[in-house]
Amino acid sequence: MRYTPNPNAVVKEMLTSVGLFTLDELFSDVPNVIKEKCVLPESYGMSELSVRRQLDELAFLNETSDDCAIFLGAGCYDHYIPAAVSQLIARSEFYTAYTPYQPEISQGILQSIFEYQTLICNLTGMDIANASLYCGGSALAQACQVAAEVSKKRIILLPKTLHPDYAQIVKTYSISDQMEIRFIPEKNGQIDLELLPAYLSSEVAGVVIQYPNFYGNLEAVADIIQMVREKTDALVIMSVDPIVLSMLKSPGEWGADIAVGDAQVLGNSMSFGGPHLGFMAVTHKLLRKIPGRLVGQTVDENGKRSFVLTLQAREQHIRREKANSNICSNQALNALTVLMYLTFVGPFGLKQAALSSHRMAQYAHSLFAEAGFTFPHNVPFFREFVVNVANPHFVNKKLLEYGIIGGYELEKGLLFAFTEKRTRDEIDELVELMTTFSQEISSTNKEQLNNELKGENE
Amino acid sequence: MKLLFEKNVKGSNNFRFPIHDLPEIDLQETLPETHWRETSLGIPELSEVEAVRHFTELSHYAFGVDDGMYPLGSCTMKYNPKINEWAAIQPGFANIHPYQPPETVQGALELMYELQLMLANIGGMTRFSLQPAAGAQGEMAGLMIIRAFHKYNNDEKRNIILIPDSAHGTNPASASVVGFKVREIRSNEKGRVDLEDLKSKLGNDVAGLMLTNPNTLGLFETDILEISELVHKSGGLLYYDGANLNAIMGIARPGDMGFDIVHYNLHKTFATPHGGGGPGAGTVGVKEFLEPFLPNPTIEKMADGTYGFNNNRPLSIGKVKTFYGNFGVCVKAYTYIKSLGMQGIRQACEQAVLNANYLRHHLAEDYDIPYNELCKHEFVATSKKQEQFGIRALDIAKRLIDFGYHPPTIYFPLIVHEAMMFEPTETESKERLDDFIAAMKQIAKECRENPELVKTAPHSTIIKRVDETRAARTPILKFPNNCSDRN
Repeated sequence: MRYTPNPNAVVKEMLTSVGLFTLDELFSDVPNVIKEKCVLPESYGMSELSVRRQLDELAFLNETSDDCAIFLGAGCYDHYIPAAVSQLIARSEFYTAYTPYQPEISQGILQSIFEYQTLICNLTGMDIANASLYCGGSALAQACQVAAEVSKKRIILLPKTLHPDYAQIVKTYSISDQMEIRFIPEKNGQIDLELLPAYLSSEVAGVVIQYPNFYGNLEAVADIIQMVREKTDALVIMSVDPIVLSMLKSPGEWGADIAVGDAQVLGNSMSFGGPHLGFMAVTHKLLRKIPGRLVGQTVDENGKRSFVLTLQAREQHIRREKANSNICSNQALNALTVLMYLTFVGPFGLKQAALSSHRMAQYAHSLFAEAGFTFPHNVPFFREFVVNVANPHFVNKKLLEYGIIGGYELEKGLLFAFTEKRTRDEIDELVELMTTFSQEISSTNKEQLNNELKGENE
Repeated sequence: MKLLFEKNVKGSNNFRFPIHDLPEIDLQETLPETHWRETSLGIPELSEVEAVRHFTELSHYAFGVDDGMYPLGSCTMKYNPKINEWAAIQPGFANIHPYQPPETVQGALELMYELQLMLANIGGMTRFSLQPAAGAQGEMAGLMIIRAFHKYNNDEKRNIILIPDSAHGTNPASASVVGFKVREIRSNEKGRVDLEDLKSKLGNDVAGLMLTNPNTLGLFETDILEISELVHKSGGLLYYDGANLNAIMGIARPGDMGFDIVHYNLHKTFATPHGGGGPGAGTVGVKEFLEPFLPNPTIEKMADGTYGFNNNRPLSIGKVKTFYGNFGVCVKAYTYIKSLGMQGIRQACEQAVLNANYLRHHLAEDYDIPYNELCKHEFVATSKKQEQFGIRALDIAKRLIDFGYHPPTIYFPLIVHEAMMFEPTETESKERLDDFIAAMKQIAKECRENPELVKTAPHSTIIKRVDETRAARTPILKFPNNCSDRN
């Protein structure tokens, strides 16, 4: 085998030294009836070059954001990744290391997590951040669990304006019956402020606000939090986009109790949805409730500043079934990527990425409006918005013919996302093509269209 | 070394994005001022070269498999082949969006479909979901499947998960997160599941048994077929924690032992790197009768040979992670399995077990090995023989650092006093193992002749042992000054 270094003669020598003759004898403790059943498909190892060719072939079958202008967002975004990030994250001292349980030989990793925790706190305006979680969706689910545990109440209010996958994940995590999910209705692409009070009661454990929300819109955060505080003791959980936070108020400024989100946007490639990372930051009073690893500052025997994993008494490997979460591994390398990204682009670069994305979105919105398109919502948005489209799937199909990956398909609309990587020309083409298609659609009779779609499904 | 925040020089970061030729907008119109951020971002400013040096220096104070042998028991710190890393960053895999139309990501879907099939073959299962992001999430998903299965059968009184006392703490934590109660099974004097204890704890309230095989002592559960029969007869399901799959892959399959659900850690068994604490992947697999409960969506191969998602699975436990899992990690595992072939998978396992037995055999003279018999991929030693010199497992572990080795896992499993758990993996050569054995012998000698040297180790590192109590008592979890400058 390619990665086992001992030649046959050495293997023999090792066997002899432990008093055995054959490799099979190493498995004499496994019942024969089990071993006999283990018949695997016959396949032999491949040379590196052959493996590489096969992977090249698979990779070639995918349309990438290098080949196409991409207007998909919905929780995963095509932002630029500085070359320095890609180069440095490939250092194998980082990526082949284990969790830094041995501080003496892990100061590099521990310090990087400490720096990451600091930056997440600073961006979100919160007091304490953990070393990362799996993804935005599971981070939100864990935040809801914290709310249920702290309040000893069950009801979690999720807005209809929340990412549908996030809502599904919270629902999956509610299997333990610790949480009961209720949905707050939406109006005009925001949480319905008129209906919200009816959902607020002393039984509510947590209220979730996504900011910007799934549609890219800004929620009336101040009003929502005020209503929640007046009528409940619930924790306010904000799921936020960290790039946007460079311009918009942080959860800390709004007065949230927990901030979560997905930090893929900060230097991590889209990678078909993972690995990305979730982040979580909380106020001081939730210090002992936050799940996941924490790195703290201390001193060594000589009084030198050092970093170490701390408050582990909360965690599964100590508390076993009494732990408040079962999480062990997180997404440390992705957190390091975030740290590098923020350092390399700097505060100005981050604001520039956000502002540029916002301007792209505003430009596209005005072009769509000029071309006669309408929008389901009429509220402020950041870099994502919904356009009314009668047949979103059809439009996306047509766009693809022109090398454009369209928006996220809603029932009667397309959710378009914009980043600093898009160009004016790409947006001009998008709107122009969509104008053409919508004229085509209105001239095509409905039956024809249905047949076309039916054929495609078969 | 200095923190990033202590290297902040205002105006030194000249990174810029292109300025687009777009009409001016009035931010006060597009974004209401009440939403504007008022506080500093707290991001330090460094020039590119200083930032590069910062991270390069951090890497000097990290220790990976590429730096030296990492015999960390239960973690399978094998070599992470470079071709895997190459594969995952190819634009065709790295620069694709999870919501792209399936026809534009056929290569990615084929890879995922093929990988789950290969994983199923290796485990004797029928189907895998690649969605869980880590072992703990795989356990959670697997236990949710158990719960959903009993619920489907109107057998909801089954709320107990049996877990051996040698198990990793994540097992009971996962059971608890899913809403199960945990009942512990004793280990017998041979370090295996005590069958009598198991029998006495089975009943119509038991949802299932979670087992690692070989167990955390590195010993194969020789009674596994009887265990499986007992659990199944009482109406429970059998869950395989794949933490130790490296010890049996290609030789024996959990499915053939009677396990109904398994999870693997791709970052252990399938050579994807640990990343300093993640990302991993905790793929979960099942036998056919449990397929409907797997997380949504599954990836299907259509009649016309194309691949697509299936979300229309009403019995599914739902989604556990945003999108479809740690795809990049899956690309690495796929590359690894392709490089080895099933034959290589078996060979890797054989060499891993040989290396562990070789190490065990040669350490037995100087160290206490409580279950000194044929082991699988790992074994547990203790510091019992060194106790008389005032030496603990921790001291031996720390002294190993001075010899250029990562310490073994210590104080686990909990059922062994002052445990040191060694897992050399298949990628270490005999020469390397011999050097390691020599280092361990030298340390044993030092314990006898100069115990202070061991007790105060490590001596070669940038810092000495740290004050963990202080870290926990007065937590400092971030740099206090918000970069002072408003930026």
